[in-house]
Order: sequence, then structure tokens, then C-alpha cells
Amino acid sequence: MIEQHLPLLVPFTYLFSALMIPLVGIGGRRYAYPVALIASLLATLVSVHGLTVVLREGAMRYAFGGWAPPIGIEFVLDPLSSFLSVLLTCVTSLVLIHARRSVESDVGEKEIPFYSVTMLLMTGLTGIVLTGDLFNLFVFLEISSLAGYAIIAVGEKPAPVAAFRYLILGTIGATMYLIGLAFLYMLTGSLNMADLASIIPQLPLTPPLVVSFSMMVVGVALKMALFPMHGWLPDAYTYAPSTASALLAPIGTKVAAYVLLRLMFFVFQPSFGRDMLPVGDVLTYLAAGGILFGSIFAIAQKELKRMLAFSSVSQIGYIALGIGLGSQLALTGAVLHIVNHAFMKAALFLVAGNTRLVVGHSRIDQFDGSLRRFMPWSMAAFTVAALSMIGIPPLAGFFSKWYLVLAGIEQSAWWIVVVILLSSLLSAVYFFRVLERIYLREPSTAGAVEYEALDRKEVRMSMLVPTLTLSGALFILGLFNSIIVTKVIHSMLPLGL
Amino acid sequence: MSSSELYSSTLPLLAVMVSLAAVPLILLSSKEPNLREAWTISAAVLKFVLVCALVPGALENKSAVMSLIDLSPGVSLAFRADPLGVFFATIASGLWIFTSFYSIGYVRGLQEEKQTRYFASFAVCLSATIGIAFSANLLTFLLFYEILTVATYPLVIHKETPVAISAGRKYLAYTLTAGVVLIAATAWTYHVAGSLDFQPGGLLAGVDLAPRDASVLFLLFLAGVGVKAGIMPLHSWLPTAMAAPTPVSALLHAVAVVKSGVFGVIRVVGFVFGPDVMQRFGFDTLVLVLAAATIILASLLALTQDNLKKRLAYSTVGHLSYIVLGAALLSPSGFTGGIYHIATHATMKITLFFCAGAIYVQHHKENISELNGIAREMPWTMGAFTVGALGLAGIPPINGFFSKWYLATGALEANQFVALLVLLLSGLLNAAYFFPIVYRAYFRMPEQNHGHGEASLLMVVPLVCTAILSVVFGLAPNLFFGFFHLAVSITQSVLSGGGM
Amino acid sequence: MIEFIQGYYAYWAIVMLMLIGLYGMLLKRNLVKKLIGMTILQASVILLFVASGTKWNGTVPILDASRSVDDPALYINPLPHTLMLTAIVVGVATLGVAFALLISVYRRYRTLDEETLLKQMQ
Repeated sequence: MIEQHLPLLVPFTYLFSALMIPLVGIGGRRYAYPVALIASLLATLVSVHGLTVVLREGAMRYAFGGWAPPIGIEFVLDPLSSFLSVLLTCVTSLVLIHARRSVESDVGEKEIPFYSVTMLLMTGLTGIVLTGDLFNLFVFLEISSLAGYAIIAVGEKPAPVAAFRYLILGTIGATMYLIGLAFLYMLTGSLNMADLASIIPQLPLTPPLVVSFSMMVVGVALKMALFPMHGWLPDAYTYAPSTASALLAPIGTKVAAYVLLRLMFFVFQPSFGRDMLPVGDVLTYLAAGGILFGSIFAIAQKELKRMLAFSSVSQIGYIALGIGLGSQLALTGAVLHIVNHAFMKAALFLVAGNTRLVVGHSRIDQFDGSLRRFMPWSMAAFTVAALSMIGIPPLAGFFSKWYLVLAGIEQSAWWIVVVILLSSLLSAVYFFRVLERIYLREPSTAGAVEYEALDRKEVRMSMLVPTLTLSGALFILGLFNSIIVTKVIHSMLPLGL
Repeated sequence: MSSSELYSSTLPLLAVMVSLAAVPLILLSSKEPNLREAWTISAAVLKFVLVCALVPGALENKSAVMSLIDLSPGVSLAFRADPLGVFFATIASGLWIFTSFYSIGYVRGLQEEKQTRYFASFAVCLSATIGIAFSANLLTFLLFYEILTVATYPLVIHKETPVAISAGRKYLAYTLTAGVVLIAATAWTYHVAGSLDFQPGGLLAGVDLAPRDASVLFLLFLAGVGVKAGIMPLHSWLPTAMAAPTPVSALLHAVAVVKSGVFGVIRVVGFVFGPDVMQRFGFDTLVLVLAAATIILASLLALTQDNLKKRLAYSTVGHLSYIVLGAALLSPSGFTGGIYHIATHATMKITLFFCAGAIYVQHHKENISELNGIAREMPWTMGAFTVGALGLAGIPPINGFFSKWYLATGALEANQFVALLVLLLSGLLNAAYFFPIVYRAYFRMPEQNHGHGEASLLMVVPLVCTAILSVVFGLAPNLFFGFFHLAVSITQSVLSGGGM
Repeated sequence: MIEFIQGYYAYWAIVMLMLIGLYGMLLKRNLVKKLIGMTILQASVILLFVASGTKWNGTVPILDASRSVDDPALYINPLPHTLMLTAIVVGVATLGVAFALLISVYRRYRTLDEETLLKQMQ
């Protein structure tokens, strides 16, 4: 009974709890958090179950209302989508376990709408991943974006401005996607991904098809914050509440990357973006530009969250690079980096949230040894995640770079190898700059006294455990990456690369 | 493929993990120094015992293998304790025992802060070193190489002075860059060879490489491992890193870290490229020239240093290139001499660093010009120092003579008279920069007598022991475990493996 | 040429609207004007979809006794319309959120001029 509804259950769980939270909220603010947490743990269980079923028995399809596709809308649980949904739900659960105190201090009275909108965000994100219909995907894209604007806007003073800028660019992106979709619909008369995949190869390469494909790719790239369309991202991540940025940074842009992957390799055939149009090449160039630009700008930042945001711009570049190169190794690297980066960034943003909670700020130039004295575990988690970002084996970050480097060498694209390795060094510069302050700068005496008086030393267990779990997972993801690659990722890669 | 037999064993893994397992124990007992140091010592002893258990197999040319999980499809995290690995691991783990005792005396003598971090990092470094020694393939090697880079950083900046911090930056800039270069080289090798397993005679031996590609690949490898091996012009982090506490300089910057680099050079020359490929493309000459230049220049630079540790550091740079030179000669005696020099230089140089540390702890003197008459106060220390200095200059019967003799013979075998000349000249220069120190210590009158005397027994005993070891290895190279046989059999496997 | 322009006149209008919308969103300094641009852009896309469903001599897809039920050429395609219903809802929701943001921005900064805002955020 439940088995056949599996593709639907994850977004449904989130949607249901989004509606439940205001209801139970009538009884008091304190009920909002447990509902959100339970829903997201439930969703995690369901999606893990879904992944095992899919790996065992192959893809599952669910036709809404009994209308058979391509006329009806369908949800598809295939290896790629189920894997992504496991990633999304896991990271969300960990962030939500951490969230309670942080949300309390950041949004105060507005807990009920915050959690409700967060659940809506997750409905949108998991919906994007699971749907098999391109227009439905647009709707979920907008649900998640609208929810995203809202939870960013409740942050610091400039947050609404950041959210508004994000809204304008996000809407342009979504509209681009919709225009592309209009052309595609006019050409094919279908919106179903699987149906389109069988129709498109028979179409001649006409201008409408080219426009459609490019518009959709550009629209998604905007949502993904691919350089040079990343303008909205740094402000949005910096001023959002800690929990919102810890949720959006690891998974928000990754879902857009997933859409790109779906479009380029499953809806259109892989050769379309490679041989017929130079989209893959363009993506590769932009990605390389983003990798370097993001790293260099991250070095110049004075605020930890902002630095992490620029580092995200650079890391998204790695994913786009893998998609752009489009070989088996490159896609392996890209998908693996989606996972690794989600874990690393979540850990780093959680630590940034912890410092804000304990010290009251996250300005890098004011970091000193007292942070390490008072928050040894948080800082250890930060160190591990930072080393992983730099790419020190056996941490996870090394291996996605390894596959990308291999892919670059395989295609004799030497400049890509240089870019990836150079960016490793640049990320070493901006992370060691922070680590040096945390571990080596003598605490100013005034600061030390201040912190002594604070009497809030390390954050509480409920916040520490998710942080440490995320950074501990980096060892496991790294050491066992080839199991993930051979057992899961290889089964999800498109045929005919 | 070759005469080397393989047998499955968990010993290599255990040997790597034992000091890693000690890290949480060390961290947990940070409040009780004695217990904490007990963990260090027991880990060191246990590690040495585990490594020694592999020696008999290695002597019969059997290699213990152990393959864990796949790191990347087709490349596993695998250990293989082949003779070369066992040779290096024995030295590193054996000297760790002495260094552990010495460290305790040193950090307590100076009442250093953050001793827990110090001992924990040290344990990680040793795990990484043994991991490097036992790596069965390039990716595993790379993994431990990078861990070593990161784990050494807290030791370099241990004093947390501005000098130490900037030394740490310089260290990271050099070694992390080397790390990414090595990543590129490894990935490329995987692409052309389809495998990353080390093979005596070279894993690239059967691969058809265009000369240009081969040159670039070799240069990448050379830059990757050359930084840690201190090949000029990539050496300059090493003298700067002398800002670290002396036991760190002693074990890591004379034995573990820099020898990992040299070990990497030997792996690259003998097990990745192989003698045939090296000679086909003329890489051996390139390395020879670099090594020879490094030997001479480093010795000349050592002459100009007044700071004792810096002089020792430049001396280290020079002696590391002896080993590189030996490897590049690709002649039986030269290769053997080079490998054996890993052991001999380790025992002598660690003695010298121990002495420098003892002087610093007891008299707070770092400069050579302040050492007048110090032998009167520290007879044991200076006695050991003299042994080490004589050995490095190549005076028999200390073991330095022995390895140098083989290197010289190797140079003749390979018809490299220039290399022979370089070796002889370097011997003279060694004498020139060490004897003034000895002379000052024994024959100059001290300006005033402080009466500080010898350092604590925890420091003096290890340094005397290593000095004795230097002499023993010189008189009877095969006394312990047939050490020299090991070096010979490694050479045979590499040089004959190429003919396969 | 004239035929080309004439034949696609609906699309030319849509493209004009699209460009006007984009211009407003990207180049206007006043945030409310940006929103007006956004609405125009969304309207243009809605028109694009709706236009794609039309047919010569087609009528609304409601059962009509005077026409044959079996001939799809007699009815316009209803699917783009239904899709656009959803898109309109999405657009309205976006507009709602955007206005809420603007109110909040105005309360905090007392201005809706983008450059003044960016200066104040520094």
C-alpha cells in the first residue's frame, strides 16, 4: 500500500507538516519545532527506504490521480532522484536538530511561520527532485524559491533587500525557464520528461529547439548562482538567519544543479549539449571562471558567512564543471561533489551559526584564541570541514576533485586541471586565514574577560551533535566514496555518454 | 611479477594505526601528563615492535600486503610492506622511541604550553610516515603524504610566535602546492597507465609515453616529492621551519618528513618510472645535476649560518640530496648507498639536533658563536655531537663513511666522475662547517661559567644512544636485522625489475 | 519580409513586452518599478503560452452540438491555458511576497531607491 506511493511521500510529508504547524501553533509556539523535526525525520526515513527499494527493484513511477503520463503528471523515483532526496532530507534533518536555539535567537516570535515556510521550502525542493514533468518542476521551483525568499528576509536588517534582489533575479531565471518550456511544448506537445526524451532525438535542430534549450539552461543556471549570475547569492546567505543559510547554502543551489543535470542528460540527449551546441563548453568556461572568482573573493571577505557564500560560488563551479565536461568521470565527480559540498557547507554554516550564538558575531578579524578555548568542538568541526574543502585526503572533498581532475586529464583539458588545483590552494589561503586566527591568535584580555562573563561556552549538545555528525560524515564519505560511486552513482548516470 | 613474494597480513595496517589510535588517548589524558606520555611511549614501542615483525619477511624478499577499501574504483587503500617500506618504517619508528623520551625532557625542561597538542600531532605524523612507507600505490601514498603535511603544521607553529606563524605559512605554501602538483601527477599516471600500484622497475615501464608528456609528468612528480625532499630550489621552507621545537626538527625535519620526500623520490625513480624510462628520457641526468647542485650549494650556505639549527638544516638539505643522487645514479652500489644513507643520515642528524636542543634547553643558546667551551659543561652532549659531525663528514668508522663509500663506488660504476667529485668536495665542506663548532666547544675558553651542566637524563640518554647507534651501524651494518642486506635487496629488485 | 512580420505579429508584441519587462527589472532604480517590470515579463510569458494554443477557426473546447467532437482542429488547445492558470497563481504569489519584502525594506530604510539602499547597507 505505502510502497506504491513512495515517490509521493517525501514532498507530501513536508507539505502536510507545513500546514500542520500553524494549526498546532494555536496551542503555543513551542509545538512548531517538534512537528517540523518529526516531519523531516520521517521524510528522511521514507527517502532512505525509497533509495533502497529503487536500488533493488529499479525506478518507480507514480501517476497523479490515475492519469497516465504523458497526459497526467507523474512523480519518478529513479536512482538519481531518490539519491538526491536522501541527501536533501538528511541534511535538513541535521540542520533542524540544530535549529531550535538558533531560530529562537534569530527570528524570535516568528517561529511558527518560519518553520512552516521551511517545510514549504523542503516541499518545493524535494518536489523538484521527484517530479517527472517539466511544468510541474517549474511550479515546485517557484514554491521553493518563494519560501526561500521568505526565510532569508527574516534575517538581519539588510535581509529584506537581499531577499528582494534574489527575488528579482530568481524570477527572471524562472521566467527564462518558462519561456524555454513554452518553445519546447510548442515543438513537441509534451511536458513529460520521459516522453520528451523519446521525442527530442527525432526533431531537427531548428532555432526554436536551440532557443528552448539555451533559455532553460540559462534560467536554471541563474537559480544555481553559476558565475557570472551569482550576484544574488552572497548577500542572501550573509544576512539570512543562521538556520536559513545552513539550509539554503548546502541544498538550495544543488537542486538547481540537479535540474541542469536532468535537462542536459535525461530530457535532452547527452550529445545535444555537447556536439550540437557548445553549451557544455560554455558551462565549463563559466564554471572555471566561477571557481577562481569565488575563491579569490572569498579571500577578501571579513565576515565568515560571506566568505562561505563566496566559497559556495566557487564550489558550485565544480559541479557545473562536471556537468559541462559531461563524461562519466566528470558526472561522477559532479554528483559526488553535490553530496560532499552539501555536507561540508552545512557543517561550516552551522559553526558560523554557533559562533554567532555564543560570541554574537562572526567577523573574521575579531576571531581569536578565545573561540577555540570556549568552543573547542565547534572549532574542531570547522577545521575538519575546512580541510575537506581544501581537499586533504581522506576527507570527502578530495575525492570529488580527484574525479574531476581525472575527467579533465581524460579529455586533455589541462587548463581545467590547473583551475581545480589552483582553487584548492586559494581555498587553503582563505581557510587557513581563519584557522590561524582561531588557533594561534592570543585572546585579547578584554575579550577573554568578556567571554568568561558570558558563561555560555560551547553550544549545547543538540547543536553540537549535528555539527559534529556532519563533519564526521566527511571522513566516511571520503573513505567509502567508491562504494557510493559504484553502487549508487554509476547506476544513476545517463546512458549513451 | 618479480622475485618478490606476497603474503597477506594485517601487520602493516596495525603498524600505521597504532599511533593514530593513541591520539584520542593522548587527547583524553591531557590533564595527566605522565599518563599522556605513557601513551606516547607505549605507542612508539608497539609501533616499532610491529614494524620489526615485518623485517624477517622483508629480508626474504616477501612483502606483507593488505588491501582495505577502494578509494576510487580500481584503486584501493592498500598497504604493501616491501623491503624499501620496511627499511624506512624501521628507522622512523625506531627513532620515534628516542624522540619520545627526548621530547618529554625537552618540553618539560622548557615548560612549553600545549603539550597535548604537541604529542598528539607527533603521533599523527608518525602514522602518516609509516603509511607513506607502506603505501602500495600512489593514491595511498598521496593520502598519507597530505596527512603528513597537515599534521606537521601544528608542530611547526608550536611556539606561536610571529616567526613561527610565518614559518608555518611558508611551510604550508610549499607543501600544499607540492601536494596539488602530486595530485595532478597521480591522476595523469592513472590515466596513462590505468593503475597506480608501485612496481619494482616502474609501473610506467611498459607504457608508451611521448617524450614531451613524459618530461612534464616527471617534472610534476619531481616538484611534488621534491619539496619535502628539499631539492633546490624547493628547499627554502626547511631552514624556516626550524622555528619548530627541536625534537620536531630532529625527527620530522631530519627523519620523517624530509625522508618521506626522499622516499617519494626513490618510489618515483625506482617504482613509478623505473630505471629504463629514466635513462631513456635522460631524467637521471636531470636529477643528478639538481642533486649535485643542491649538495654543493647547501653546504656553502650552511657555512654562512651562525644559528646552529639553521646550519644543521642546510646540512640536512645537502645530505638529502646524497640520497637523491644515489637514486639517480641507477647503479647497484649507488642505489644501495643512497638507500642506506637514509638510515645513516637519520641516526647522525637526529643526534646533532638532539644536542642542539639540549644546549638550548640548558643554556638557552642557539648560535654557534656562543658555544665557546661548552664541552666542559656538557661533555656527553658534545661527545655525541662530535660523533655525529665526524660521521656526516664521512670519517670512518662512523656509518656516514659507509654510505658515502657506496655512493662513491656507485658514481664510478655509473661513470659519473662529476658526481664523485661532488661527493668528495661535499665531504670537505661538511668538515668545514662542523669542525669549527667542535673546535669552539672543546678548545675555546668560555666567557663565563654558568654551571648549568648537562641537560636532564631524559635528553642525554637518547642522544648518546643515537650516537652509539651511528657508530654501531658503521662498524657492523648488518648487526641489526641485516639492515644492509635490505638495502641491497631493494636495489636488486628495482634494477633487475626493469629488465622484466 | 512584411509577411514575416505580419505573420508573427502576436509574437512581436510578446517579445516587446518581454523586453520592456526585463528592462524594468534590471535597469530601474526604484524597487516598485522593478516589480512592475516583473509583472509585465510574466504577462508576456503567459501570452506566449496562450498564443501557442490558438488555431484558425478554433473555438473554446466546450462541447458544442454544431461542431464535430472528433476533430481536434476545431478546438483550441486547452492545456496551455490551464498551465497558465497555475503560472498566474505563481506570479501573484511572487508579487505578494515581493510587496511584503518591499514594505519591510521601507520600514527599515525609509527608501525604495536601490542605490541609496546599497549605500546604506555598506
